[in-house]
Amino acid sequence: MNGLAKRIRRFRRRFTWGWFFTYAGMLVLVGFTALPLVYMVSTAFKPIDEIFLFPPRFFVRKPTLSNFGDLVAAVDSQVVPFLRYVINSLFTTIMTVVLTVTITSMGAYSVDKIKFLGRKAIFRIVILSLMFSPPAAQIPIYMAVSRLGMIDTYWALIVPNLATPMYFFLMKQFISQIPDSILESARIDGATEFRTYLSVAMPMAKAAISTVVVFSFTANWNNAGGSIIYITKQAMRTLPFAMSTISAGGLARAGAAAAAVFLTTLPTIVVYVFMQSRVIKTMAFSGIKG
Amino acid sequence: MGSMDEAATSRIRLLNERHIRRQKRRTQLTGYLMLLPYLLVFVVFIIIPVIWGLVLSLTHYNIVQPMRWAGLTNYIEMFTNDDLFLTAFRNTLTFAIIAGPVGFLSSFLFAWVINQLKFRNAFSLAFYAPSITSGLALSVVWLYLFSPDRYGFVNNLIIRTGIIREPILWTMDPDSIMPLVILISLWMSLGAGFLTNLAGLNNIPHDLYEVGAIDGVRNKFQELLYITLPQMKPYLLFNAIMSTVAALNVSDLATAIAGFPSPDYAAHTIVVHMNDYAFTRFELGYASGIAFFLFLFNFTLGRIFMKLLASDD
Repeated sequence: MNGLAKRIRRFRRRFTWGWFFTYAGMLVLVGFTALPLVYMVSTAFKPIDEIFLFPPRFFVRKPTLSNFGDLVAAVDSQVVPFLRYVINSLFTTIMTVVLTVTITSMGAYSVDKIKFLGRKAIFRIVILSLMFSPPAAQIPIYMAVSRLGMIDTYWALIVPNLATPMYFFLMKQFISQIPDSILESARIDGATEFRTYLSVAMPMAKAAISTVVVFSFTANWNNAGGSIIYITKQAMRTLPFAMSTISAGGLARAGAAAAAVFLTTLPTIVVYVFMQSRVIKTMAFSGIKG
Repeated sequence: MGSMDEAATSRIRLLNERHIRRQKRRTQLTGYLMLLPYLLVFVVFIIIPVIWGLVLSLTHYNIVQPMRWAGLTNYIEMFTNDDLFLTAFRNTLTFAIIAGPVGFLSSFLFAWVINQLKFRNAFSLAFYAPSITSGLALSVVWLYLFSPDRYGFVNNLIIRTGIIREPILWTMDPDSIMPLVILISLWMSLGAGFLTNLAGLNNIPHDLYEVGAIDGVRNKFQELLYITLPQMKPYLLFNAIMSTVAALNVSDLATAIAGFPSPDYAAHTIVVHMNDYAFTRFELGYASGIAFFLFLFNFTLGRIFMKLLASDD
């Protein structure tokens, strides 16, 4: 009883109308941004008669898993089992993310924290390349991939995506916020430059790394382009490609398509939640209260 | 005594200098080696393709016939003989002028507010969720919500309330296509800038706020103005550039919503135009010209942002 009264009193003291409206406003807004997602989840579990219901209904009445069965049946009926697409996607995406984070953070650290000739010029060129529209370079990139003999290999789905200027720029902006004095004290303690990067700078750049992981996972997981352009073998194609063949199936496959969208989206949400919780944790550990 | 001391110190200094020089050289070497993997991929898959694209833009090339030198013909053609390009340019500008600044400002505002709320993890997930999902996958959902018949969710809702009798032709009426594309694109693209801002806000040392409080910062607004915004400059610059690039390159979403060609070319953007020339007509020279023009335009805007938001380099 006493505890409750205390809590109410504390709440009263903290409560202001300004915060109340902020929370209310944000809830409405977040409701708007989450709306189509909720719809997507709900549709994935709708039986076929509810999908074509008139007037349409937002939430599912009698949830069913039949759409997922339809989905697997639709994709599986081809030569390649459904699981193969999932594995292809997982393998190429994880490889891309890990390699991207590694080479980008190393490069950004060296450009920002190690004094060597030409580093400023190199960073200028990276900034410049930010402004080039990716579709514009598609044809020359295809030429490069084919010249390097990467057509019909998993490399074609990994290597061309590794040097995204946007991630380099983001990483460099973060690393430049790390005070030089901290790195200097590590160097005085006898740490090599690489050691300083790995054990001092990287833990401090966890927020940047998590952000790049989320960006790069999302981009590569959802990208059907590489699989269409560089791969001709059905067994090496990725999930988004398989999904696009389902959506092309028209109304008869509307349920399967909804299930497909739901399944494709799930891993990215898991990655996001996991990485974001790490950001918050890091902050708590480094003594910076959020 | 004195001379011996001097000799010893100068010897030590010499050794020290040599040691420092050797260490410096080793550090520089590490620097180059650490940059090398990125640089390699960057040069092969970005720099060379971009230069190759510039060369292509100065030629007539359609894969089948041999390449012919064109000089600036492609660029002149664009502005004097291609009405559709001018339409695309105008549409892209309309889109960018609204979606760019609105996206930039609101992604900061929402990150700033959400960062101060309880349950901010839940809030930020709900806010970032649209960006997580692939645009094309979700456009199925949007097409259903804004379906231009009675089955569409939004139409159904408005008709039931009695405001209108006939369904609004969202994706078919040239007047409503662009606003719809802007709305959906804002909804989908806020997340990237939002996430960057959130990470940046988390990176501001907490003691800065305490120092600020001692120095006479009174309210949230002053805190935002004198502490948060100056600290956020690098991230704001990043977001300004990224939202410009994204806005000027809008294409997939426009075709997913309005189809290709869109009614009255209302959703015909520069990149849609370029893709048309590159991948259906295979006029690669002309397509590269469009791409390079877009790059120059992007670049000019980027320079302006850098002048406005530059910190050191």
